[in-house]
Amino acid sequence: MLAGPIQELVDELGRLPGVGPKSAQRIAFHLLEAPKDEALRLAASIAKVKEQIRLCSRCFNVAETEICSICADPRRDPAVICVVEDPRDIVSVEKTREFHGTYHVLGGALNPIDGVGPEQLRVRDLLNRLGNDHDHKIAEIILCTNPNLEGEATAMYLARLLSPLGLRVTRIASGLPVGGDLEYADELTLGRALAGRHEMAG
Amino acid sequence: MGTFRDEGVVLRTIKLGEADRIVTFVTPEHGKVRAVAKGIRRPKSKLVGRLEPLTHVTMMCWKGRELDVVTQAEVLDHFRGIRDDLDRMPAAFTMLETVDHLAVERQPMPALFKTLVGALRVLEERASPVLLGAFLLKALTLEGIGPVVASCASCDEDAPLVAFDAHSGGFLCRSCRSGQAVSAETVRLVRQILGGELRAALAAPPSRATAEVERLATSATEYHLDRRLRSAHLSSGFG
Ligand SMILES: [Zn+2]
Ligand SMILES: [Zn+2]
Repeated sequence: MLAGPIQELVDELGRLPGVGPKSAQRIAFHLLEAPKDEALRLAASIAKVKEQIRLCSRCFNVAETEICSICADPRRDPAVICVVEDPRDIVSVEKTREFHGTYHVLGGALNPIDGVGPEQLRVRDLLNRLGNDHDHKIAEIILCTNPNLEGEATAMYLARLLSPLGLRVTRIASGLPVGGDLEYADELTLGRALAGRHEMAG
Repeated sequence: MGTFRDEGVVLRTIKLGEADRIVTFVTPEHGKVRAVAKGIRRPKSKLVGRLEPLTHVTMMCWKGRELDVVTQAEVLDHFRGIRDDLDRMPAAFTMLETVDHLAVERQPMPALFKTLVGALRVLEERASPVLLGAFLLKALTLEGIGPVVASCASCDEDAPLVAFDAHSGGFLCRSCRSGQAVSAETVRLVRQILGGELRAALAAPPSRATAEVERLATSATEYHLDRRLRSAHLSSGFG
């Protein structure tokens, strides 16, 4: 049994995702032995995110202001909305530098077994955005949910909901990882890659 | 300790650490298996795409004390016809959720496994309105907790059956009736399902009776599991 405050820290760290009891103890002792200002810097940055970061009122990305930096950027095309499950997915899409539209964060994916239905996601907020389009006509919705059972179900659900509204609804393509071997590809991925093949100019 | 090989249907997965998942399978020989799939969230993992929920596989596992470790998986069926159809998926989710609650770790259950795979194959071929109800009633019967259908579950009289009450254990006659009112056609369909005429029952077109079968099967399952089937209530076309 450890001294009260250190045990408390171990318990708190152990609640973090991916941190088991052993790692929690290692991190706690690391912080205990680290220079004071280093440890306090960590404490301060935790306090700062909790105080200063909120969700963008338009797209639900993480933001420092009412509207996130992407929604506020006049160079971004507000007529194209990329729908993602989680703010971290925005980071991944941004890294590609291929997308110049805006986003909408659902806050998860349909997962009936865990009780997540459309009401638990920000589907209504998406529909409200389409109805109240900030003076811009929304032309395309890109469904960028994960290519797993829950993400595909979510994409199919949204496609059914959105397609009668007369805008373009697209789904990101599914395919093989660059540098991967066909020989090791799973049948579902390879099957989808074949179904989604495109013309190639010679 | 050591390794084992078995077939399995993936029921659910949850993220673990940076790149792993814990995959829950139902298997014929080892019952419910919970195993770590290491590195599966990395696109180049040889397990990626093979251990999604609703996948029928053969796999090899290391036996662990609490969790096993999946070392290899080959896909037998992805059930793409279900996966790509929003209208068939809810029934599949409810089947997986039910089996997740019925199956017991390390306890062989070849009949339940076979029934699940069979039902998923039927679902992939066509959307029968009694399929989900039939699956649930069969699964309960295999567990020895199926409903009484031959006579009144309360007084055992061979009278016409007019109601279904999971609490009483099955169909009820006019004088004992409680629970959900049912038509004669509903009783006939349930008798077909449990009496070896499944194929005929599955061919029934959608009707009030087929809806009643699904409702009574869901309530019987929830009564025996002592919990709500979350997917069954979100299911109706995802609300
Ligand atoms: Zn925003
Ligand atoms: Zn009676």
